[in-house]
Amino acid sequence: MFRKKTAEDIIVDLVVYISLIFVGIVTLYPFLNVLAVSFNDALDTVRGGIYIWPRKWTLKNYEIIVSNPQIYNAALVSVARTVLGTVLGIICTMFVAYPLSRKDFVLRRPFSAIMVLTMYFGAGLIPTYLLYRSLGLLNTFWVYIVPALLGMFNVVVVRSYIESLPSSLIESAKIDGASEFRILWQIIFPLTLPAVATIALFIGVGHWNSWFDVYIFNSQRPDLSTLQYELQKILASVSMQVGRNPDYQMGAMAETQQVTPNSVRASMTIVATAPIIMVYPFLQRYFVKGLTLGSVKGE
Amino acid sequence: MDAVYYNESKKTFWQKVKDQKELVFMIFPFVLYVILFHYIPLWWWVIAFKEYRPFQGVWGSEWVGLQQFKDLFSDSGFWLAMRNTIVISFLKLITSFAAAILLALMLNEVKNMLFKRTIQTISYLPHFVSWVVAASIVISVLSPESGILNQILMSLKIIKQPIVWMGEGHYFWWILALSNVWKETGWNAIVYLAAMTSIDPELYDAASVDGCGRLQKIRYVTLPGIAPTISMLLILNVGWLLNAGFEQVLLLRNPLVQDYSQILDTYVLDYGITMYRYSYATAAGMFKSVVSILLVLFANKVAAKLNASTVV
Repeated sequence: MFRKKTAEDIIVDLVVYISLIFVGIVTLYPFLNVLAVSFNDALDTVRGGIYIWPRKWTLKNYEIIVSNPQIYNAALVSVARTVLGTVLGIICTMFVAYPLSRKDFVLRRPFSAIMVLTMYFGAGLIPTYLLYRSLGLLNTFWVYIVPALLGMFNVVVVRSYIESLPSSLIESAKIDGASEFRILWQIIFPLTLPAVATIALFIGVGHWNSWFDVYIFNSQRPDLSTLQYELQKILASVSMQVGRNPDYQMGAMAETQQVTPNSVRASMTIVATAPIIMVYPFLQRYFVKGLTLGSVKGE
Repeated sequence: MDAVYYNESKKTFWQKVKDQKELVFMIFPFVLYVILFHYIPLWWWVIAFKEYRPFQGVWGSEWVGLQQFKDLFSDSGFWLAMRNTIVISFLKLITSFAAAILLALMLNEVKNMLFKRTIQTISYLPHFVSWVVAASIVISVLSPESGILNQILMSLKIIKQPIVWMGEGHYFWWILALSNVWKETGWNAIVYLAAMTSIDPELYDAASVDGCGRLQKIRYVTLPGIAPTISMLLILNVGWLLNAGFEQVLLLRNPLVQDYSQILDTYVLDYGITMYRYSYATAAGMFKSVVSILLVLFANKVAAKLNASTVV
């Protein structure tokens, strides 16, 4: 049915397109600005007026980061916790999601109650801290990995996905004599890849982005610091100086190395963000499905 | 038992468990794991009723009854944190809901798929960066010297002097709310867009036949179509009312806005970890958890009622 556009149609389209372009610019501009600042000469940046293109190109800000052994080490720790945490997280999520997806599993109700309840309450910061202390997790790499092995939201996403597969698959495999472990890893797992990709993105991003666990549990161990925590430390030193000019603090550093905290912060921000921006277009087509599965179907 | 009458339950419970021992082996370690990491910590709530000293251990420390709670409730700093938590949380709730619904409505009106995808891809992006990165961006956008906001306002002659946005308490609340909108709106809109795709297209055709314009279709078809999703999410969010956004506040706060930025979570952190008042901070955390659980129970009850009435 074709019909002429009315005046209302044109106005609505105009308002919608202009607003959405505005949303796009407001969302994207800060990133482009940080990128430009990170490639611009630090002392030149102080003069202001850098928008989305560097005025005086330099790699100096990145050289500072790369030549700093602490930040280099932090990048390695970030990568290690992200890779290890994501792989272990997926395995553990599958081991929980699969039995809970089986409607005939006798212990389904009690076990799923125990698990799902944890989404709604927490003991709080201090009890958690005391638990980790008695488990000997403080000041170790494992405090990043072990407490984060299972995320209930991820379990719910994968469980719903497995439930949407035909149950005859499992039954026929059983008749052929496959063990449950074999059914899980050789039949269910490959079919669940879209959901796995979604939770891999969630878990990976969670590990890459977290700094609070470093701050609370590992702040005494510089060798276990992560990129986000290093960025947070730079940020904290700027935050404390609100009202004063952050561009001029640490003056000695500016003179000897031709960098300012603002410029280092910009290049750190880019380094801390780049890996996510690089993987997320590939996983994007999965997560919309994953998110709607987890949140809408759960109701 | 009447097991004899049902073919299904001829086997006893333990026989069934034995039949499914592989599944049990698979999940059991994780049940223990969840108990250890989520239920055992509740045991440490006991120190809220003690004066916990690390050297004396939990058992060695002396019982003080409700003293920690008395101190807590008579501390004006606690009530300030309570006020800030509720105000910030409420402000964020309202702005994030309005923004996500508005964005979803606008995206739904776009017929050009390439444009729609592009805007969506851009709008999710901030969700995937950490709050450290987001806070860093917020601070540079609002910076008095080189921040874009001050530059725009000054070139439009709206202000003469750059404003120190991060230095004023009332601004700080809005900075939290709006930076949250910037970071999460694209992501939050996904659920509404999904709800919109499940609206029967015939409803739109029928509305056209009845002479509805674009705005009327939004008003009488799209909005009622996503109303159940909106009300469900709103109700479920009540359970999060005492969570004002720990990381965000922790990263953005500064000494100038102390009276407006202290929330329950930072209060627990400041007293517990920084000042080593474990018992006092545990009491504050326990108060927060208990109120949150009550809110969740209340919200679930309302949600169940509402769900029942919309389904029937």
